[in-house]
Amino acid sequence: MPNFGNVQLKLLERLCNVIAVSGDEGEVRKIVLEEVKPYADEVRVDALGNVLATRRGRGAKRMRVMLDAHMDEVGFMLVADDGEGIYRFETVGGIDARHLLGKQVYVGKDRTSAVIGGKPIHLMDNGERMRKVPVDGLRIDLGPAGKAKVGDRAGFATQFRRVGPSILSKSIDDRIGVATLIDLVKHSPGNVDLCAAFTVQEEIGLRGAKVAAQYFNPDLAIAIDSTPANDLPVHEGGENITYNTKLGLGPAIYIADGSTLHDPRLVRFLQSVAETESIPYQLRQPGGGGTDSGAIQRALAGIPTVSVSVPHRYTHSPISIARVDDWKNTLALLHAALKRITPELIAKR
Amino acid sequence: MTDILPFLKSMITTSGISGFETSVAKLIEDKWRPLVDEISMSRVGSLHGLKRGTLGGSKNGVATNKRPAAMIATHMDAIGMMVSKVSDGFLHITNVGGIDVRVLPGSFVTVYASSGEELPGVIAMPSAKLLPEEVNGGDVLEINYLLVDTGLMPREVERKVKVGDLVSFANEPMELADEVISGHTLDNRASVAALTVCLEELQGKSHIWDVWAVATVQEETSYLGAYTSAFKLHPEIAIAVDGTFAKGPGANGWQTHPMGKGVGICMGPNMHPYLHKQLTDLATKLELPWFLDVTSAHSGTDAYPMQVTTEGIPTALVEFPIRYMHTPVEAVSVKDIRRAGRLLAEFIASLETDFVEKIIWE
Repeated sequence: MPNFGNVQLKLLERLCNVIAVSGDEGEVRKIVLEEVKPYADEVRVDALGNVLATRRGRGAKRMRVMLDAHMDEVGFMLVADDGEGIYRFETVGGIDARHLLGKQVYVGKDRTSAVIGGKPIHLMDNGERMRKVPVDGLRIDLGPAGKAKVGDRAGFATQFRRVGPSILSKSIDDRIGVATLIDLVKHSPGNVDLCAAFTVQEEIGLRGAKVAAQYFNPDLAIAIDSTPANDLPVHEGGENITYNTKLGLGPAIYIADGSTLHDPRLVRFLQSVAETESIPYQLRQPGGGGTDSGAIQRALAGIPTVSVSVPHRYTHSPISIARVDDWKNTLALLHAALKRITPELIAKR
Repeated sequence: MTDILPFLKSMITTSGISGFETSVAKLIEDKWRPLVDEISMSRVGSLHGLKRGTLGGSKNGVATNKRPAAMIATHMDAIGMMVSKVSDGFLHITNVGGIDVRVLPGSFVTVYASSGEELPGVIAMPSAKLLPEEVNGGDVLEINYLLVDTGLMPREVERKVKVGDLVSFANEPMELADEVISGHTLDNRASVAALTVCLEELQGKSHIWDVWAVATVQEETSYLGAYTSAFKLHPEIAIAVDGTFAKGPGANGWQTHPMGKGVGICMGPNMHPYLHKQLTDLATKLELPWFLDVTSAHSGTDAYPMQVTTEGIPTALVEFPIRYMHTPVEAVSVKDIRRAGRLLAEFIASLETDFVEKIIWE
């Protein structure tokens, strides 16, 4: 594995600080193109906005391996102009409205400063104070003379931070996957043709991954994403048995989620690579949710697919937290796994 | 006249939760020192700046050592949170002042740790599965179910943070269109900024009354500063400066006023009608945009404690509209701050020798 350090972290910071709401991924696309062009044999931007980069290996019997990371993030779209700089909005992707009141956002291509506001607490009765404010009770406010356009996207105005062992940032889901995939393109081993899919619109239905898989027609695929760590303590004690993943235990390998039973050969393969290389890993608790693997697996005549995620807390909120070591170990696992991929891996069920 | 915005921004990025105002008090003291003749701190931490008037040593025609004085109170404390328990590497918190719990999940905060460090953190909302059955995990959670995550390992958290450590909102100020500043703690640092504008304006004016510029402590919790400073300074009149509700999303009732369109001059039992009339007449004369605000009982500001201190003090209340009060994205028009400062300065300059005698009821 290449050295892990400032280069990767600086890239992640750049990726996290730009806004790329599903359907408007241009800001991330720009960075991805700039980063992968010098290393890829072919790069194209497809009809949906996916960046599809191929880096060929050397030698015979090369496997076509599709690696996928989604560029988009959850956010907002302005849907109506209430006048005097105040706009109604809808959420794009799954956002808990309880994370929105009193947050700062950037609106549109020029990143215009704005805030999400609602009725002040002083003007409410006790019942209202403890009731969730639905999205249609909230507004994006640019200031009285503020101008935006209906259709503009907005995203959280959170700045990326390194704190001790952690990263505090918006959209770790899935910029950490994008940064991982860029690193894998830069250091792709010779035994595979690496088909890197930087996809769009994952958060609103895995739309980019579907066409990316159809374009690449790979032998196998790995979706690289970031999955929730619901590893907070139970209030007043007791064991948390539905944590999904835990921070600090390493990359999370998927077995089953809401849309996919991951290819058992690939699940076992990743586990054995981790064990051989002494890389910590965890098995994501089987359950709901999903990644681009759901779309890739059933593309064309079917593609053996697995999913690996860096765990993060506070998903789809203004600030998520991930551990640097979990990311480092995810990169280590994927670099080590890529080198070991051979046709035998999926020759038999 | 300097631009007040940089000072306001530095004030709202400096800590000063109720009861722990020292850092922001220092910042204000440095700003006020060249603008006043004397500056000192009260026993409970309020800041007293005295700008002397020019009136000779007489009052009511009787020789006296005390010039009449007007006290202008702006509270410098902020609402915030306090660590109530450290467990499993997470911090449990409680409120200091009237926190709107609806804004807490996902908020960026600073933990002022016992170790002396300022630790960044985020307020976490546990999922319904981790909460007691009787709690509706899908609705707004009471503050005692929320946690602060600093991103540090549990052992490090336990070493650094103790019960009683303060937690403050930490989002950076944001400038919105049309000279609107947004951020946490604009209630009531924006008033301190207005009072600072007043002191700057007074540099070029002659005024015969003394003026006490006061930055009070603990308004959000007990009005401690206003009670005690009014007692200590014993002014002839007192004016509080504070925010009122701006019109905006979800706020269009009679209590709300347009932001950026002028200052509020409040009337009601908490304010002396004569002072109110003088202020409104003056604003009209100056063609300074203002609106009438009314409060039928308690104004919820420092005007309340000052009115009942010593033998009773004629009190007034000058306001500017704030959007999203008690959230981390409070928004205030800088134009209104400047207007409030100017109105206060013109009022001080207008005070004549016999003004006190004119403060009558009928």
